[in-house]
Order: sequence, then C-alpha cells, then structure tokens
Amino acid sequence: MPSRLALTCHNRSLTFQCCGDEHQMTQSQDAKFPKQRIALSITVNGTRHELEAAPTATLLDVIRDELKLTGTKKGCDMGGCGACTVLVAGRRIASCLALAASFGDADITTIEGIGTADRLHPLQDAFIRHDALQCGYCTPGQILSAIAVLAEGARSIEEIREGMSGNLCRCGAHANIVAAIAEVAGL
Amino acid sequence: MSSASFNYVRATELTDALSQGKRPGAAYLAGGTDLLQLWKASLTAPQDVIDISRLPLADITRAGDRLVIGAMARLSDVAAHPEVKAGHPLICDAILASASGQVRNLATAGGNLLQRTRCPYFSDAGLACNKRDPGSGCGARDGENRHAVLFGGSSGCVATHASDLAVALAALDAEIAISSASGERQLALSDLYPLPGETTAPDSSLRPGEMITAIRIVGAERFAPHSTYLKIRDRASFEFAVVSVAAALRIEDGVIAEARLAAGGVASLPWRLGRSEAALIGRAPTEQAFAAAGELAIEGARPLEGNAFKIPLLRNAVIRALQTAGDQS
Repeated sequence: MPSRLALTCHNRSLTFQCCGDEHQMTQSQDAKFPKQRIALSITVNGTRHELEAAPTATLLDVIRDELKLTGTKKGCDMGGCGACTVLVAGRRIASCLALAASFGDADITTIEGIGTADRLHPLQDAFIRHDALQCGYCTPGQILSAIAVLAEGARSIEEIREGMSGNLCRCGAHANIVAAIAEVAGL
Repeated sequence: MSSASFNYVRATELTDALSQGKRPGAAYLAGGTDLLQLWKASLTAPQDVIDISRLPLADITRAGDRLVIGAMARLSDVAAHPEVKAGHPLICDAILASASGQVRNLATAGGNLLQRTRCPYFSDAGLACNKRDPGSGCGARDGENRHAVLFGGSSGCVATHASDLAVALAALDAEIAISSASGERQLALSDLYPLPGETTAPDSSLRPGEMITAIRIVGAERFAPHSTYLKIRDRASFEFAVVSVAAALRIEDGVIAEARLAAGGVASLPWRLGRSEAALIGRAPTEQAFAAAGELAIEGARPLEGNAFKIPLLRNAVIRALQTAGDQS
C-alpha cells in the first residue's frame, strides 16, 4: 500500500519534471500581437485572484504557472487523458481545452481545494486504501473527475466505469480506482 | 504546441459577433474543444478568436412539437434536459456516446456539428490532404484507410465526419438556423455537409463569417418510444465511431409505419439509408424485416483497401439497432 507520503513524493517529482520547455512555447509572444493581455478575476479554491494572462493561455496554464497550483497536471494537453480535470462551478472540465480568457470570472476547484494531509477528502482516503495509484500523476484528475461522477449520479459500477472513461491511468490502476469510487458511492 | 498567437475578443451580442466574425482570419470559439486542439497542433492559426460562448444562444426550448436547441448549449446540458430526454432520447444516446464527461461539459451543440474530421491525413501537416490544403491530394485513398468512407468518397477525399450528434439529428430531419452579418438562413442538416470534390473537400457549406445559432427538430417525438443510437468503436468509451447507426421507428398496431435510419463513420456526412427505411414500411418488426434492411444498407458501398470490414459491420449494426429500437415500448 502506498503511504500518503509516497503519494506526495510522487507528485512533487512529477511536478518538477512537467515544468519543461513545452510551456515556454505557449508563453512566447508572436510579434504581431505583442501587447494583448487578458484581465482575469478567477476564484480558485475559495480565493479570488486578479491577474493577467496571454490570450492563448489555457486555464491549465494559468492554474499551474501563474497561480503555482501544480497539483493539476498537464498530460496530453489535448483533452484526451483527464490529468488536467478541474471543477468549474462544480462541473468537471478538461482545463487544457479551456481558454483562460473564456473563464475569466470562473469559480474553480482544484485538487488543492478538496482536502488536506490531515483531513483527506473521502475519495483521497479511499484511493490510498484501495491502492488506486502507482506513479500518482493522473490521480488529481481522477479524484476531481470522480467527485463530479458521483455528483452526476453514478450509482453502479458500470456507470462509474463509463463516467471515468475520460481519465486515463498509464500505470493501469483502473480496477482499483473504480473500487475506491464505488466504496465512496456506497456500492 | 502551436506558438502562433491570436487576438481574443469576447462577443456579448450576436450582431457584434457576426461583424467581428466576417473579418479574414477570424474564428469563432464556442466550447473550444475542437478549435484549441487544432490550434495546438498547428492545423489552424486564426488571427482573431471571437469568443461566442456567452451569447444568449444556449436555451433549449420546446413549443408544441418543435424542439429548439441553442447552438451554445453544452452537450452535457442538452443530454440532461428533461424535454430532450423524454421526447428525443435518440439525441441523448448520441451525445452520451460522444467524448468524455469533461469534454461534454465544454463542447457545444453547434460546435459539435462543425468539428473537423479525425482522418489521420488531415491531422498530420506533413501528409497530403485536400481538406487541410486544397490541391495537395488525398493520402488516405491509397494509404492507411481503415477509417475511411464507404459512401460518397471522391478521388480527392475519403474522410468521414466525426459527429455522433449529427447522425442522430440527420435521422430526425433536423434543421439548422444560420446567421451572418448579411442575414439569416435555414438549412436541412443534410445540406450542411457537402460531398468532397476532386481537389477540395470543405467540411461544411457554411460561408465565411456564418454561425450556427440553433438546431430545430419538428415532430420527432413520435419516434421516442422506438429509437436508439448504436456506436461501434475500437474501445468501449471515449472513442470515435468506426460505424454508428441511428435508428428510429414508429410502430402502429404491430406494423412499422415510419422508419428513419442514418449511419455514421461511413461518409463525409451522416448517411441516410433511404432504401432500408422504405423497405421497412408496412412490415412487422421481425428479424426477417431487419435483415432485409441490413442488406439494403450496404448496397452501393465502395470499400478501399483497408476498410472493407466496415461493410458487414454496417449491415450488422443496422440489424442490431433495429432490434433494439423495435424491442422498446
């Protein structure tokens, strides 16, 4: 069974690796549009942030690189893996496919906003007990998605499996992920 | 990741959006799930992104026998709407078979109809594709074409349309409301998607600056008791169709009074199966009737080297969809 500490270590390691060159390209400014900055007034985990972003920045870019909330992960950056899942007004979205400018007044929940090391969210607790992760990179997105799947009314194993199909785990922990969610759902 | 920048403009009124959208290099952004993927892959490079997601065009309303879905309605909201669930379950089935929960919460109904093809030759800027680069040719026709069309292909393009919603809407004879700076027009959904030419293959018949504002479905509730969307794909969820079938029947006194069948994954548009529909009218919903409809569905199919497997797949999908629709009550 991975400990809570192991989960944290995995996350830190991968967070470090993830801040690579790719994002620098997003930030580069085309000479044709050197000036435009978009004013944002977003609320993340209950805290309001006034900031500016490039017109091309995704919500994921802003959460990770401006607000430094690196629990939300960049996986495929194409909406296919679910690692970037956050809640906007309680609804799950792929934050890599959301232009920050479009969500400039959004109320956002990330993994940092759902529990603490001392008071885990029930899904975080269940994921640990069910060994529902190995490297942990997809786990924040899995848990945010699972919160939404339960809120959307999934009440069977099949509905959980279908509801979680937008979250991929390359370590292959899907069976235990479903078991953890099912336990919290009371199944 | 694209390094091209763009200007961002948020439109708050339709007239404002339409006047911004007619400029060369402008692109509308609704849910953004398709546009941002294309931009990141350097397959599109708009100068101005006109954000239309907050235009007041997201309502879903029913008046009499007419259902109107605002183009900016998010797919998840369409699928969860009581009027859609009760009177048009085929639309719910098709939407819930599309994408993932995270994407359906972003993607809009209008944007879904205008998503670009998933043909791998379109997605790779190093390969020939008349859809992406008119006149460059079609690499898929004599290349990897497992995904390609069975019907309506040309020497210039064999790409399929990717939308599930469009297949359901085609079966229900939906109409599209379109606005531009110079006025409004309506189009049958089937006329939104042109067949490919020899050197060009536009995805839609929309003109520059035009915007879909609404989807209208009239008189389709009579199909609600006997309709289904069957999607065959390479994995069970979050995947595009290899072949799909929207089936809707009206059964009266044990006899099929009306039949609607449309197939996805087999053409550049939702492919209505008119001969199958006609053959079902007046018959009891039996295995024999469904098998005959399945055989008629594949008449005229023109397979390429890699996609002949889609012919029996389509025939069997039609039969199974009809069995499911016929069994409901």
